[in-house]
Amino acid sequence: MLGYYLKLAWLSIKRNPILSALMVTAIALGIGASMTTLTVNYMMSNNPIPSKSDQLYYVQLDNWDPNDPFDEPNEPPDQVTFRDALNLLHANKAERQVAMAKTNFIVEPDNQEVKPFHARGRLTSKDFFPMFSVPFLYGQGWNQAADDNGDLVVVITKALNEKLFNGENSVGQSLRMQGEQYRIVGVMDTWEPTPHFYDVTNGAFGEQEDVYVPFILKRDLELPNSGNTNCWKTPEGDGFKAFLQSECVNYQFWAELPDNNAKDNYMSFLNSYVMEQKKLGRFPRPLNNRLSDVMEWMKKQGVVADDAKMMMYMSFMFLLVCLLNTIGLLLTKFVGKAGEIALRRAVGASRTQLYWQHLVETGLIGFAGGIFGLLLAWAGLAGVRHLYGDNLKPDLATLDMKLVLIGIALAVVSSMLAGLYPTWRACRIPPAGQLKTQ
Amino acid sequence: MLSMQHISKVFRTDTVETHALKDFSLQVNEGDFVAVTGPSGSGKTTFLNIAGLLETFDGGEYTLDGESVKGLKDNTLSRLRNEKIGFIFQSFNLIPDLNLYDNVDVPLRYRNLSKAERKRRIEESLDVVGLANRMKHIPAQLSGGQQQRVAIARALAGQPRFLLADEPTGNLDSQMAESVMELLESINANGTTIVMVTHDPNLAARAQRHITVRDGQVTENEREPKVVSQLRA
Repeated sequence: MLGYYLKLAWLSIKRNPILSALMVTAIALGIGASMTTLTVNYMMSNNPIPSKSDQLYYVQLDNWDPNDPFDEPNEPPDQVTFRDALNLLHANKAERQVAMAKTNFIVEPDNQEVKPFHARGRLTSKDFFPMFSVPFLYGQGWNQAADDNGDLVVVITKALNEKLFNGENSVGQSLRMQGEQYRIVGVMDTWEPTPHFYDVTNGAFGEQEDVYVPFILKRDLELPNSGNTNCWKTPEGDGFKAFLQSECVNYQFWAELPDNNAKDNYMSFLNSYVMEQKKLGRFPRPLNNRLSDVMEWMKKQGVVADDAKMMMYMSFMFLLVCLLNTIGLLLTKFVGKAGEIALRRAVGASRTQLYWQHLVETGLIGFAGGIFGLLLAWAGLAGVRHLYGDNLKPDLATLDMKLVLIGIALAVVSSMLAGLYPTWRACRIPPAGQLKTQ
Repeated sequence: MLSMQHISKVFRTDTVETHALKDFSLQVNEGDFVAVTGPSGSGKTTFLNIAGLLETFDGGEYTLDGESVKGLKDNTLSRLRNEKIGFIFQSFNLIPDLNLYDNVDVPLRYRNLSKAERKRRIEESLDVVGLANRMKHIPAQLSGGQQQRVAIARALAGQPRFLLADEPTGNLDSQMAESVMELLESINANGTTIVMVTHDPNLAARAQRHITVRDGQVTENEREPKVVSQLRA
């Protein structure tokens, strides 16, 4: 019967093209607004590393001002100091661990035709690549010795490799950055986790780094700070080394802990570490260390902004208003079909069969509304991308297949729900009176 | 075939009670052609609606083809209408944007018949009413008489045990009315029971039985087979 109902639905839609167009438009507007905001929220709250998001923990140590927490009511800083990052890295107590910071480089290509350019850099340690499942096109990450010795090695992105080496295998080649000659050890394949979970403190949706170099080069080459730096007291002394020894936080630290036991052990280690540091006059606040897995950390950091959530709720309210309008239009349409409904009842259609016939019709209207709504959402997301420009990764405001299917399903189901009452009303009209008055 | 005993039906509004049928009793036998006449508001259409299971009744007993219909659920009533009853209405009640084939198909769609069986029945029914060559036309392309013939084909396609016709010629000129009446007589001659409500005494006179309804009751009940050719003369 579904084929028959679809045929009847199509005829009914054609019979009242203006009314049908109004309903499709109402649903399309509601779906367009909802899917635009839903897409942004969905991408913002996406699990960027589902295979191990519950094994990767962000480390927070509370080295802050004894009289004033980093954040109310009693939140520890969202990054760690250089020396804590280095100490935790050297302690090597987790299955894998990584200390990181953002930095900047000026790349000076050997090819004289390519002008020097600015590159986003990440100081990190060898575990970064296996820990975050970074795929490689050529080569691999560096080894422990490179971390320990501060070797001038670099991993570059596929895009940079395209730019400098036309996409050919550049492993073993050198790359000059800020006067130093780095040896390329790996070329990453496409890797664009969204959100940018491993460093949300510097923007969860910013552009990815172009080059990755050993963490210790921060100290050895006195590489510049980039990203958010917070201090609760001024460094003791002048110069770069004093800054690195200060209580200023500018570094991220992640530990890979495969199970709860490992997590408990690591927390004990952190507590012991802080107790040791207290003996050196640091960490004046009570013990307040934190381990947050990927999703917890993104939630804590408010990766999905409150205003984005509010916009999503408002857009769903708008969809509801559109559906209420659709209910009114469907009532008009179905009451206008009372004669046909009465005839069908007279010749043997049950109420259930008529319900289905009309729900299929509303579903078809919803489907059309969903398709047009997705076109509106596509335009809306293009507007979002245009509005935020380089501050937003392009794929953050992009409909994927899952969202397209969600949009269509939302349109069809919500239209069918909107059609329940008009259908019920139409099918309750006594057929006898309608047949006589036709 | 159809047996109504002491049927009553009351329509109520907030202030008014209207007794449409009062102690209404009628027996219609297999193969009968019954004409029902009476003044406006006498209860003819209410009787027809109850007989066609389109309306419930308040009191009495109604047996259709040996089965009491009192208290049956909606799905069962729909099935009975679909399998046993064919309707012909004064205003044809064709669905305007379906072609003749699809209009005749409407009752068959609710009966789990194969596509081939439905096709056979539709073509046969349209052939009986002389419209087999216009299957792809829509109702608006036909005259009133032709539209009523399509409605009759629709009723026949379900191969019902009896036909209920409510003023089937009421919207037709005399020539078309005559043609429709001849068609109904031929259908009756093939064994289908027909109950026809009409205001036209000439048409009523052509039926085997003629009952008159006044104030919700059967007041006259004549059974006298007519010789149609004599009446026409």
